[in-house]
Amino acid sequence: MDEISYAPAEGLLSLAWLLIALPAFGAAVLLLAGRRADKWGHWLGVATIGGAFALALAMFSSLAGLDNKSANLDLFTILSVGDLDIEANLLFDPLSAVFCLLITGVGFLIHVYAVGYMSHDPGRRKFFAYFNLFAAAMLVLVLGGNYFMTFIGWEGVGLASYLLIAFWQLKPAAATAGKKAFLTNRVADVGFLLAMFTMIGALGTVDFAEVFNGAASLSTGMSLAIGLLLLAAACGKSGQFPFQTWLPDAMEGPTPVSALIHAATMVTAGVYLIARSHVIFSLNPDVQTAVVIVGALTLLFGAIVGCAKDDIKRVLAWSTVSQIGYMFLAVGLGGGAFALGIIHLLAHGFFKAGLFLGSGSVMHAMNDQTDIRRFGGLWRKMPLTYATFAAGWLAIIGLFPFSGFWTKDPIIASAFAREGWQGWVVGGAALLGAALTAFYMTRVFVLTFHGPKRWTPDVHPHESPAIMTVPLILLGLGSLGAGGLMASSVTTWLTPVFGESHEVHGHLSHAQVTVATTIVVVLGAGLGWFLFRGGTDEVPHAAAWPVRAARADLGGEAVNRGLFERPSRLAASASVAMDGRVVDGAVNGLSAAIGGTSRRLLVMQTGFVRSYALSILSGAVIVVAALMVVVIQ
Amino acid sequence: MNEAQQAGLQIDWAGLAPMIIVFVAAFLGLLVEAAVPKGRRLVVQVSLAVLALAAAFAAVVLNAGKNSAAFEIEGVGIGSVVLDGPGLFLQGTLAMLAIIAVLLLAERRTTRGGDFVAEAAVVADSAADKAQRREDGATEIFPLTLFAVGGMMMFVTAGDLLTMFVALEMLSLPLYLLCGLAKRRRLISQEAALKYFLLGAFASAFYVYGMAMLYGFAGTVDLAGINQAGTDSGQPRMFLYIGVAMIAVAMLFKAAAVPFHMWTPDVYTGAPTPVTALMAACVKVAAFGGLLRVFNVGLASSAWDWHLILTVIAVATMLGGAIFAVTQRNIKRLLAYSSIANAGYLLIGVIALGEAVGQTMFYLAAYGFTVIAAFAVVSLVRDGDEEATHLARWAGLGKKSPGTAVVVTVLMLALAGLPFTSGFTAKFSLFTAALQADELGLVIVGVISSAILAFPYLKVVVLLWLNEPAPDAPTVNLPSPMAGTVVAAGVAATIILGVAPGFLLDIVDQASTFLNT
Repeated sequence: MDEISYAPAEGLLSLAWLLIALPAFGAAVLLLAGRRADKWGHWLGVATIGGAFALALAMFSSLAGLDNKSANLDLFTILSVGDLDIEANLLFDPLSAVFCLLITGVGFLIHVYAVGYMSHDPGRRKFFAYFNLFAAAMLVLVLGGNYFMTFIGWEGVGLASYLLIAFWQLKPAAATAGKKAFLTNRVADVGFLLAMFTMIGALGTVDFAEVFNGAASLSTGMSLAIGLLLLAAACGKSGQFPFQTWLPDAMEGPTPVSALIHAATMVTAGVYLIARSHVIFSLNPDVQTAVVIVGALTLLFGAIVGCAKDDIKRVLAWSTVSQIGYMFLAVGLGGGAFALGIIHLLAHGFFKAGLFLGSGSVMHAMNDQTDIRRFGGLWRKMPLTYATFAAGWLAIIGLFPFSGFWTKDPIIASAFAREGWQGWVVGGAALLGAALTAFYMTRVFVLTFHGPKRWTPDVHPHESPAIMTVPLILLGLGSLGAGGLMASSVTTWLTPVFGESHEVHGHLSHAQVTVATTIVVVLGAGLGWFLFRGGTDEVPHAAAWPVRAARADLGGEAVNRGLFERPSRLAASASVAMDGRVVDGAVNGLSAAIGGTSRRLLVMQTGFVRSYALSILSGAVIVVAALMVVVIQ
Repeated sequence: MNEAQQAGLQIDWAGLAPMIIVFVAAFLGLLVEAAVPKGRRLVVQVSLAVLALAAAFAAVVLNAGKNSAAFEIEGVGIGSVVLDGPGLFLQGTLAMLAIIAVLLLAERRTTRGGDFVAEAAVVADSAADKAQRREDGATEIFPLTLFAVGGMMMFVTAGDLLTMFVALEMLSLPLYLLCGLAKRRRLISQEAALKYFLLGAFASAFYVYGMAMLYGFAGTVDLAGINQAGTDSGQPRMFLYIGVAMIAVAMLFKAAAVPFHMWTPDVYTGAPTPVTALMAACVKVAAFGGLLRVFNVGLASSAWDWHLILTVIAVATMLGGAIFAVTQRNIKRLLAYSSIANAGYLLIGVIALGEAVGQTMFYLAAYGFTVIAAFAVVSLVRDGDEEATHLARWAGLGKKSPGTAVVVTVLMLALAGLPFTSGFTAKFSLFTAALQADELGLVIVGVISSAILAFPYLKVVVLLWLNEPAPDAPTVNLPSPMAGTVVAAGVAATIILGVAPGFLLDIVDQASTFLNT
């Protein structure tokens, strides 16, 4: 393999730090200025992310003009201990460039939308502060030039995600969901830390270029360990099996948060991490298989549970889980599929953000209700939301010529191209997932916008204001066109990162896969439309075991409860008892003893000079006597 | 050519410059009192003192790297003033700490006219005394401070016992006076001054007596000569032991080691808070500078003889200071007992001799900055005109004055020795050095004592943040730039030496060898 080296940043590209500094500045001002910024704070939040987007665009085009398509910017040394040097450096290359555009571009639209969405919330300034903080951390994550920098961003987005999920912290469900997301991510983050420690142990560095160049010298066990540890971290952040349960709960946060963090950007960080570490993953087929299994399993898992949910945001959340499964599948397949995963990620960023914002618009109209069984017939009342949601729906189910068609079909084709029986299994899973996706997305779409009205009496649906619909329209347009536009151009753009992609030939040709996918998608969507055209019951009715299992998140919660919660509670109550009786007893007894000694001895502090002088004198006598004892001996 | 040069006497004027600058400025300060109109004296005195100390610091820096006696006859050094690494480092530390202390002495905004009385001779609580509370404080405090600081700078570079004694008196006398100048609670202040003076005089007598004994034993007052005599003198060793004991008692008195510590809480509480800050930081540096030199240069050869008793004193000081501190209800008394416990930790550095000289000096510098800032904050929290020193009055300060509470928290955590503060790096490096000198037992006691001592500090933090403020809670007076600088500098040093102590550790490492050891 060729030596990987990154050219030093010059000209406009040396401003990469400003990308991070802008939103970070916004967050700092909004947090420090306090209530004084309540009136204009949200516009500052929008302005900083808008500025970052403009800068990212300019940097993107100046990167296109470079020969080696990479720019490394050294900022300062974080740590220098012995042989280990950890620099704060930023890497702007084709991969981080597209992420920067996604984060700042989609982020900008969602910031604008949130100005309207949060207009009645007293905590709007704080919301925008956290939102900017998130953008800054996410940009650190994708711009970091070594694993340590990525980790800083990784933890930063975790923090911002926690703060924003639990934004309405007085709502118990939101506070619990925030905690759950945080704890789950912490567990997975241990994988990231251990991966870094392993790199330091084996290669003595966490720098991207040095790790990738030295990776070839790793033993199989080492590359397996690093790969699996990174995979664990990626699964946690991206809500993949077995860490999927936090993501649907995260929908307790305000809808713009769900759109930006838990659909378009942060949850795709796992995909970014694997794509960035493609050198390590390509080394070891076992690791790749693990990624493929996680991806295939999760995409089915998410799609099945998504079919059984009645909360519009939760369906979308499970669909996110499922779609990220596709991305994992792609980056797990390796080779040319790395780029496919990234393209699907970008397209998904558009249409899923659009869908979430659309659901937010619906909630806005329906007094913050989220139960699709109480919607129906909304298309007349909110035509713009309806049209943009339809665009997102068509994009996610992947009908020709909409976005998903261009980005999901190649992944399914690549899955079928895997050698031996694995190709049939993985390809089949991906194909089945496409059918399920079409089914449940059609269900959401039809139950929300078509069929009879099943509204609760007190709602008066209305279209959202322009500040919310304009971003919706832009994202809707992106959902329609982005996939087709990106399919070939972004593959070429990413070539410097992933190498040349080759046409893959496997069990089925690309044309066969396209036909098969289109057939199952139409079937799934048609079935969904047929079943739910007349609405649905407003209470859940008895159902066969697969539906019951799907309603219970396929047992994910039960496993968590039995495997982690119950033992943890036992351990907690045991340690409370230990702490209360043994530790506190010892500490309290000791402190009482010391306090008592202190009070007794302080009696000597009489305040009389004569007794002080006596103390000095007796001290002197003792000192002299002690020295004399030495003489006598 | 004058006679001295003919006799072959060479004087290192540059080396003496720091002390000369400070003393000359002190005398100029006296002239200022006579010549400058009252209204302008404060500005002139403060500028003079700060400039002089800054110049002295610069002169110390220029002397860096010297390793010689200031007076030489025909190339052979006379021990009276010794310019070596530890001496110069401690002189520099003293100058820096003194600048900060002077700024605190000059604070006039937190209480009208400052913390000092205008006419010290007025009978306390008389009508005249009440009348003068509205007047500005005396400005003689600045020359007095300069004399004391000059004495301290001389103390840490004195190479023979006689010079050391002169320096000891020079640093002590102005301090006795300064202790009695508090504007509020005049009687307590005067009582503190008198106690300090009486006991100080008592201790000085021990010193002179010990010096005589050592002279009898060694035939010289030069520290290096005494060390030499420790191995080859024909005199009875009895003289040596009595001498060592007496000198040690006198210096341990200044350093506030148990059982010579009893003056500390009374004097720290009674003295005006800025003077307490000066004593806690600078006198500590001077006393331990002297102890380090006497034991490293003069008594290293008899280390076996005094090792046990000094160890006992160190243990008593560490445990005593910490245990006494636990039940204190007054922040100034708490800091006083904590200063006693810290003297115990520093004694470990003295006992460990050459291995720990650098780390002891680092500890002195780190502790000095923290403790000055702590006393500065004490002077800001007020009930009306008086300082609110009772800890119960500090309850809930975090709610009313979060900025001050954060500063106090940082300082308390530093004094408790938590990581990322100078308190941790100082203790850690000192204890590490002591381990290298095979003082495991002392280090264990030191750690236990630190754990006990952390309790009262953390109790203050709990009090600040987790308790509800009383309805008539004290106000935190906004400091002028003077005290503001003191707090900022102290907190900055506390954090910098906690996060990035490398540069100072390098300096003390290079400056850790005494001349003639």
